[in-house]
Amino acid sequence: MNGTIRNLLEQHGRLPVTVSSLADDQDLYAAGLTSFAAVQLMLGLEEAFDVEFPERMLNRKSFASINAIAACLSEIAPQKAVA
Amino acid sequence: MTRNTSLLDRAAEAASVASRYCDEVDRDSRFPTESMQALKDARLMGIMIPRELGGESANLRDIADVCALLGQNCSSTAMVYAMHQIKASSLVSHGADDAWHRAFMACVASEQLLLGSATTEGGGIGGDLGVSNCAIERDGEEFNLRKDASVISYGKQCDAILVTARRAPDAPPSDQVMATVLKSQYTLEQTSTWNTLGMRGTCSDGFILNARAPVEQIFPQPFAEIAARSMLATAHLLWGALWYGIAANAVARAQAYVRADARKKPGVTPIGAVRVAEAANMLQLMRSSINAGIDKFERAQRANEELNSMSFAIDMCNLKIGTSRLLTDIVNQSMMVCGIYGYKNDTPFSLGRHMRDAMSAPLMINNDRIFGNTSNMLLVHRLDQRLVG
Ligand SMILES: Cc1cc2nc3c(=O)[nH]c(=O)nc-3n(C[C@H](O)[C@H](O)[C@H](O)COP(=O)(O)OP(=O)(O)OC[C@H]3O[C@@H](n4cnc5c(N)ncnc54)[C@H](O)[C@@H]3O)c2cc1C
Repeated sequence: MNGTIRNLLEQHGRLPVTVSSLADDQDLYAAGLTSFAAVQLMLGLEEAFDVEFPERMLNRKSFASINAIAACLSEIAPQKAVA
Repeated sequence: MTRNTSLLDRAAEAASVASRYCDEVDRDSRFPTESMQALKDARLMGIMIPRELGGESANLRDIADVCALLGQNCSSTAMVYAMHQIKASSLVSHGADDAWHRAFMACVASEQLLLGSATTEGGGIGGDLGVSNCAIERDGEEFNLRKDASVISYGKQCDAILVTARRAPDAPPSDQVMATVLKSQYTLEQTSTWNTLGMRGTCSDGFILNARAPVEQIFPQPFAEIAARSMLATAHLLWGALWYGIAANAVARAQAYVRADARKKPGVTPIGAVRVAEAANMLQLMRSSINAGIDKFERAQRANEELNSMSFAIDMCNLKIGTSRLLTDIVNQSMMVCGIYGYKNDTPFSLGRHMRDAMSAPLMINNDRIFGNTSNMLLVHRLDQRLVG
């Protein structure tokens, strides 16, 4: 799953660094993720995993790292997350 | 909840001083020295600071009430006071666990210091407060910062400035921090003069800010967190409150005009009466949405996590857009009622200053920029369809 997240981050994240240089627990905001790009990334994830992020996940914390995103996805779509 | 009416009582003298000088402040585009001194004399600068640090732990509702009262008398005084309190809210929300900022808060309360803000930046950044060009450059235990701060209200008069910058020279534009710098720690080289349509007494000149200060004066949290948790909400609520004051005064003038007309011709409803009713209707919308916004903010503060949520951010953005639009509509409507007496600058019904001041509201962080942000969030956020809650 982290691989898919990384691909989408590369596509939508508009980061000034390459995604491969980031660790799974690294702070994405410190790496340059803007709130605008976070929403674009969220849309990409919803499409790729066929899920909808519930209201309670629409905050900065949910997108603070690759691990944080993975945790959200595992919670809302556990069966897809392992794929 | 007990309401602290004594804050409003204490602000009454400053409000009357503000009213006395407002035309002069507006005409000469000068700082409202007299009313700001009156606010200090009434010890109203440090009221948001916690009691244990010498303040009064005043809540946002009571401070909004003071802003609305000042707004009825002098928009510039009200805006200076509101911006100061917005900065104070960041100190209170984010400096409570930090030794330097605690000591500074005690100082703000005891010395009645005035706090300024430098978020806006030249070089194409403008009011996009989520990004900076300038960066903190660490030098041992101190840092240097040079910011092309294209708008700093009352920059020459304030005692300290809360300034945003990138965390370090190699940080991306959105990785920002905020630092407090004291007057003795910075120089201001003026780059532009605030010669505007309205809000002239805010003296929001442009400057190159050059600062050197100890690194402990940098807030530990990322600026994005500060913006989301204290600054955006308090800015939109307190701006809304003082805009409400401007609108309320405009409607009061229109109402007085119509009443005088009605007295002269008993039995005939003056032409402007329906427009006054319409303005009163908009004024009530404005008032309710600010009160509801304050309720929402207080609830979100208690729930803590909610302050970071998209739904809260959208609510606060909509509050700013809505109140700024209502303000300009209300002043327009009042002008139609007072007619030529509103248009002239020297009648009891003059509304030129109100109108010019009001025009700043949709531009102060451009409503189109804010719509840009909310439209992005609304791609994923689903609006709450319930009526209550
Ligand atoms: C009375 C007053 C006092 C102020 N005091 C201070 C102060 O003390 N400190 C401080 O730092 N600043 C201060 N400001 C400046 C304020 O914070 C804004 O920077 C300023 O109002 C400009 O806002 P803006 O960049 O949104 O709009 P503009 O500079 O007018 O430019 C924005 C333009 O871009 C368009 N736009 C819309 N959406 C977007 C988008 N997503 N991205 C880019 N552009 C977009 C808009 O339509 C608009 O035409 C003050 C402003 C006023 C009016």
